[in-house]
Amino acid sequence: MEYKNYMKLEFESKSQNEAFARVVVASFAAQLDPTIEEITDIKTAVSEAVTNAIIHGYENTTGIVKVTCYIINQELEVIIEDEGRGIEDIEKAKEPLYTSKPELERSGMGFTVMETFMDEVDVYSEAGLGTKIRMVKKFKSLIADE
Amino acid sequence: MQLKYETNNNTLIVELEGELDHHVAEDIRIELDDIIERKRIRNLIFDMGLLHFMDSSGIGVIMGRYKNISKLGGKVAVVEVPDKIDKIFTLAGLYRIVEKYQNKREAINRM
Repeated sequence: MEYKNYMKLEFESKSQNEAFARVVVASFAAQLDPTIEEITDIKTAVSEAVTNAIIHGYENTTGIVKVTCYIINQELEVIIEDEGRGIEDIEKAKEPLYTSKPELERSGMGFTVMETFMDEVDVYSEAGLGTKIRMVKKFKSLIADE
Repeated sequence: MQLKYETNNNTLIVELEGELDHHVAEDIRIELDDIIERKRIRNLIFDMGLLHFMDSSGIGVIMGRYKNISKLGGKVAVVEVPDKIDKIFTLAGLYRIVEKYQNKREAINRM
């Protein structure tokens, strides 16, 4: 795979790291000259994916969340991985307002937010092994320049 | 995350400032429920004007308070909603249950 830039971040599955992760990815994306709206979209999508890894993947036990970013052809690819319990039914998990943890007042909107704010979202998951979410953001400012 | 609040009769006006994500949602929920119970609150207004970031955890906080407040016949409103947060509210269908007003004065008058 040809890429222009790459970064990888690993951190413990603590909720304090949600803000840390989204700020790091937003800072990395800054080199693509995004609009403020595009930066907000990325931050929000990353926050959702990292929160899912912490709450659902590790269920508040300690594990490692990995965030990898590539810049490929003026696009940002973000991969968020955990080695937690995995998702049994991905289609069900993606349904708006569905949550497996209503007692935690989760809104069930995580995947819908990711899919709305990013241009591509793919979910790979296996029960007992973990979950990997791959998201791509295309930047309008750069598309217009091409 | 900073949470400031004021009351107007039995309406609680909460000003959310900073970032609302899963990390702070639990604390905010506990603090709000405590105020709502202690001060016998009927209606709740969220002032979002100084909120710089919110993900779907914020939807959970608002919907959770709506459930409790509406059981007692009260209403929930949001005011000064930034565009980026409006996008998430619309996506979640929040405006089917929560009213949006320009500012807290308008909300107090119309609730």
